[in-house]
Amino acid sequence: MDILLTEEQKMIKDLCRQIAREKIQPVAAEYDEKEEFPWPIVKILAESDICGIYIPEEYGGMGGGVFELAIATEELSWGCGGIALAFAATGLGAFPIILFGNDEQKKKYLPKIAKGTMAAFCITEAEAGSDAGSIKTQAVKDGDHYILNGTKQWITNGGEADIYTVIAMTDKSKGARGATAFMVEKGTKGLDFGKKEKKLGIRGSATREVVLTDCRVPKENVLSREGMGFIVAMKTFDYSRPGVAAQAVGIAQRALDEAVSYAHQRKQFGRLISSFQGLQFMLADMAIQVEAARAVVYRAAKVVDSGDKSMAKISAIAKTFASDVAMKVTTDAVQVLGGYGYMREYPVEKLMRDAKITQIYEGTNQIQRSIIAASLIKELKKK
Amino acid sequence: MNIIVSVKQVPNTTQVRINPETNTLIREGVECIINPFDMYAVEEGVLLKEKLGGKVTVISMGPPQAEAALKEAISLGCDEAILLTDRLFAGSDTWATSYVLSQAVKKIGDFSIIICGKQASDGDTAQVGPGISMHLGIPQVTYVKKVEKITKETARVERMTEEGFEIIETPLPCLFTVVKEINRPRLPSLKGKMKAKKAEIIKWGAEDLGCDFDKIGLDGSPTRVVKIFTPPPRKNGVILKGVTSEIVDKLASELKNEF
Repeated sequence: MDILLTEEQKMIKDLCRQIAREKIQPVAAEYDEKEEFPWPIVKILAESDICGIYIPEEYGGMGGGVFELAIATEELSWGCGGIALAFAATGLGAFPIILFGNDEQKKKYLPKIAKGTMAAFCITEAEAGSDAGSIKTQAVKDGDHYILNGTKQWITNGGEADIYTVIAMTDKSKGARGATAFMVEKGTKGLDFGKKEKKLGIRGSATREVVLTDCRVPKENVLSREGMGFIVAMKTFDYSRPGVAAQAVGIAQRALDEAVSYAHQRKQFGRLISSFQGLQFMLADMAIQVEAARAVVYRAAKVVDSGDKSMAKISAIAKTFASDVAMKVTTDAVQVLGGYGYMREYPVEKLMRDAKITQIYEGTNQIQRSIIAASLIKELKKK
Repeated sequence: MNIIVSVKQVPNTTQVRINPETNTLIREGVECIINPFDMYAVEEGVLLKEKLGGKVTVISMGPPQAEAALKEAISLGCDEAILLTDRLFAGSDTWATSYVLSQAVKKIGDFSIIICGKQASDGDTAQVGPGISMHLGIPQVTYVKKVEKITKETARVERMTEEGFEIIETPLPCLFTVVKEINRPRLPSLKGKMKAKKAEIIKWGAEDLGCDFDKIGLDGSPTRVVKIFTPPPRKNGVILKGVTSEIVDKLASELKNEF
């Protein structure tokens, strides 16, 4: 697939691959075990200019888009899907600013993100998951400020990030049109963090509650304008989902690589198990799926970068397909390694645990299918 | 403070195989890398530049494809790269190679420090760095593990020895060869890689350097390689146990058998 890449994109891919192999892979199991935030890796990503690849050049980045972000995320996720998430979830927190921030907001925040400051996106609440419209966090205007109250749940990079994009209701009576997006900086009085969640996978990533208690946010920190909160959120997800899909492809590719290399050294019945057709077909099916998933991720990223109106559909397709592939391929990899695959001493059980989240976050795959179906029906009506 | 770093492109030794008939390295299809010890030299040069200002010029003598090593050095923070390449250099031993490199240093002119890796992973001679300093008539400190202090005229460094280390103060300009304890080489940055891609690598041949033709290439090299062979692996030692008198007898008979 490298033939589809420009020189610059190849450099991004090569460098991220090098970082994944030399710096991330050797420590992945340790971060998974200790559930620590990978600051040393973030520092390496920042020094290598990776943190800024999707940020416009005039704001200190490398001027790439979702495509570049996806290439980088795939390679880093090959090393560890959890560690790569520090980078990818910062993208999720940064896109609202890139897409909806005014020049002043961009100048204030984007150069920092390009240099390795983490960001986070806060929409989910205890009772507002797939039904994001039912969020209860409130923002009440008070002179030049808004006062935010509410609790956001399962926030990736929570507590570690310095910049939080928070979706809160400014006018409940308007429903989805009554939500507004705010930028809240760490250190703001009234912005606190709950306990770190214990998770099945992506354990090198930090997931915390973000608690807002009479948190005063200046009105300059409103993204776009009052009432645009859901548009900000939905558009952000259109841009970020190819990143989740790329994370899934990276995890799946790693699972395939591990399975092939194991199958070609493990002997049973006096032969390499890679010589058995039953196992060969498994490996081939895994490869078919990974390759197809990567293709759809590349296409989705290109469509999103083009700004085409159809992006929501292809973005959802990529996320759904790639994450389902990751789950299938990582499960098969565990099967190929058999008993060894089930052991923590080997890397594939972690891949299976890490893969699962990609079917859930940034919209479950069921919600993605609803988005895809809604797009199909909308297209039909236009004909 | 201007710094010159000298690097060598070598085959990636983790992949190298030896042709059993000729006893030489099979270089075909083997990836070429910057000599691992030179990576520490590059990093130290860039670190010193970041601290003290000035520029880092990286030089290498080698075939045209050694340009890749120099580009990599630029992606790691070096400012300028010069490749010393000429058919006349072919077959140069460490003496002739260090002569060519020293001619390049003279041509560059303005510098305070030359940094080399302690040795190359292919030849393992550790002679080229010291050779450059001898040709130039400047002091050298080998096996540097820490640069403690640098002023305009002097440098104080720690030199690794088998038992510990020495602290050496030397006037500048001076040549250091560095060991891997000195730093942790960084990864390239994207901006560095892009700079490297665009970078124009300067190429100097024997004439550009004003080389004395009798001092370069195979004919200019006093070393003659008589034979290259893979030494037999060293046998494991034997530990004799038991009563002293028995051990002594056993040892004596073993030695008789062996020699």
